[in-house]
Amino acid sequence: MDLRFTPDEIKFRDEVRAFFRTALPASIRRKMELGQRISKEDTVTWQRILNAKGWAVPSWSREWGGTDWGPVKTYIFKEEMQLAPAPDPLSFNVSMVGPVLIAFGTEAQKKHFLPRVANLDIWFCQGFSEPGAGSDLASLRTSAKRDGDHYVVNGQKIWTSRAHHADWMFCLVRTSTEGKQQSGISYLLIDTKTPGLTIRPIHTIDGEHHFNEVFFDNVRVPVENIVGEENKGWTYAKYLLGHERVGIARIGAAKHRIQRAKALAAHVFVGDTPLSETVRFREKVASIEVELKALEITQMRVVANAVHLPKGAADPTSSILKLKGTELQQATTEILMEVAGANAMIRQQEHLWGTATEPSIGPEWTATTAADYFYTRAASIYGGSNEIQKNVIAKRILEL
Amino acid sequence: MDFDFSDEQRMLKESVDQLITDRYTFEQRKQYMKEEAGYSRSQWEQYAEMGLLGLPFDEKYGGVSGGPVETMIVMEAFGRGLVLEPYLATVVLGGGLINLGGNDAQRAAILPQIADGSLLLAYAHSEAQSRYNLADVATTAKRDADGWILDGEKSFVAHGNCADKLVVSARISGDRSSRDGIALFLVDAKTPGVSRKSYETQDGQRAAQIKLSGVKVSSNDAIGDPGKALPLIERVADNALAAVAAEAVGAMAAAHDVTLEYLRARKQFGVAIGSFQVLQHRAVDILVSLEQARSMALYATMMVNDPDPAERSKAVSAATVQIRRSGKFIGQQVVQLHGGIGMTLEYKIGHYFKRLTAMESLLGDTDHHLAALARAGGLIEASA
Repeated sequence: MDLRFTPDEIKFRDEVRAFFRTALPASIRRKMELGQRISKEDTVTWQRILNAKGWAVPSWSREWGGTDWGPVKTYIFKEEMQLAPAPDPLSFNVSMVGPVLIAFGTEAQKKHFLPRVANLDIWFCQGFSEPGAGSDLASLRTSAKRDGDHYVVNGQKIWTSRAHHADWMFCLVRTSTEGKQQSGISYLLIDTKTPGLTIRPIHTIDGEHHFNEVFFDNVRVPVENIVGEENKGWTYAKYLLGHERVGIARIGAAKHRIQRAKALAAHVFVGDTPLSETVRFREKVASIEVELKALEITQMRVVANAVHLPKGAADPTSSILKLKGTELQQATTEILMEVAGANAMIRQQEHLWGTATEPSIGPEWTATTAADYFYTRAASIYGGSNEIQKNVIAKRILEL
Repeated sequence: MDFDFSDEQRMLKESVDQLITDRYTFEQRKQYMKEEAGYSRSQWEQYAEMGLLGLPFDEKYGGVSGGPVETMIVMEAFGRGLVLEPYLATVVLGGGLINLGGNDAQRAAILPQIADGSLLLAYAHSEAQSRYNLADVATTAKRDADGWILDGEKSFVAHGNCADKLVVSARISGDRSSRDGIALFLVDAKTPGVSRKSYETQDGQRAAQIKLSGVKVSSNDAIGDPGKALPLIERVADNALAAVAAEAVGAMAAAHDVTLEYLRARKQFGVAIGSFQVLQHRAVDILVSLEQARSMALYATMMVNDPDPAERSKAVSAATVQIRRSGKFIGQQVVQLHGGIGMTLEYKIGHYFKRLTAMESLLGDTDHHLAALARAGGLIEASA
């Protein structure tokens, strides 16, 4: 037993770190360091840099451009990417639709989509939630009725993250109302430019546009765009649950925020004392650091255990990572906002985007902190709310 | 990175777990508690036979040269069983001080006797006023013709009731809390001037207040360089905290298991109470807290031999904060989830709560270790 990285793993870490240092464009790095928003172009640029290096989709099978890194190296890679700090690759492409296509897609689908998904030539969004189907996702009602060589889709999706950037959507639709709810769902790929498909923005409490409503009015989707078998879509969607166990806790991102909060607190004064020297602040940060270290080791335990699991098998412990990880994402955005003090409440969206022509009111770094804090509340809601995660853990791990 | 046990470690774990399962049921433990010294003498002999009492010591002293991982394995099993025997006092603390700070003659004289089960030690360090400050020592050691004379009072001496020998800290110079000037002495408990007042602790273990009045010890009984003992005291305290972290994880895990069984078995309103979402979520909160604690017990175990004492203590304090918080949360919640039966002395769940609570104040509570960690700058370096 040895929790330290092996010399080989350290060599790999140094290689990854060196690559990120030189390959990440300075303008993107600066945005990331200031906590500013990353544009669609930034995400595409970074994804293509990674793809040129062969590191865009490390967890995919080699045949489709993946690596043979294994869990520990994949973990190191993700951690270093967050610490760089570099933008996250588009998870809908890399972690969701890609693996599902590799597992269940036809050869034609794989050949067409996978290279484009990896290079972000095609931007995917996820059409799962509906107004009446949130945590109870299986009750979704958006219907797809067979009409010759097409499915005709009618209904509505909601909370569709970044649909306004998307070229395609992977979508759960109802193809049968018989039997159990779960057994009448299919997994369709839909071109967002198809006539009858309308995308409307939903503005979130950070003042930004992340989410959308998507309406389907007789949208005709060619039958070859179904993934796998009709009415098996629920299984394909669930395939991803528990698979994303490496990096799910986003330790690197939380660590990076703590690093910043501590450094910035040295420039904020409480009377004559830097905030960073006050007992209250130090103990509060130390308290988060303890939880973060514990989660980091929990994450490494899950990663190490992955070696012993059959490839593709789910580890229910990853639900714990989601639960605690989102709490710590929230705690770390909260502490950064607290360091910013009243400055955080000045609404300066152009400084959030790094597009300002005027200097900020107050230090520039403070302009992003409230938006981050507000938006990060979503972390414990999306991808199965933390309450749903607890239901899953109670059932699958605790057998209650 | 590797979380797997070696074959030897796996065998050790299997045998200790088996021993606790077979010989440390809640009913058996009640009997052991009634023995004169408050623990089972035959269990102690069994530990000696299995090599557990010499676990951290070199082979030439009758030990097995085990490291922190081996100690973790044993302590976690002991935590599950709520073990009463003076393992921490004798092997980890007393034995640890001799092993890491004693000279060859002292090691040769003491360690084999610990390993074979014939000698019990206790560590007499804390005093009524010192709270959790390891440097706060008012007991004095004054030079005598051929040795030292000790005067003072020691508190909270775990298993001080039955120890054959005591390791006593005393000040030879400096102010009451100065880092310099502390010495350690090996004192036979029967030496004239040593008197002890034994008592039972809330968790069913034994301890003593120990008074030293003009106690004469020889120069050969000093452990290490008199006046320079604090680094050794801190190191052994960290070892003990790592060991107790594992013990706490064992107790938490067992309490969690017992509670899950109860949630599945207990029926109200015609269904198992574990089917109620509010209780399921509480049980998940316990699991998360337990897994976080388990991770930090591993962290303490890995860091406890770090060559840099500052890094070592920082890591151990961080681990202790998590362990203590999880212990408190889990202890309180498992009682709550059991309802009335959780309040009774005759049912086991309350005893895990009591043991976890007792561990909270051992070598510094949550606030103490959080403050220490914060003073040391925390675990993550500032960088903008």
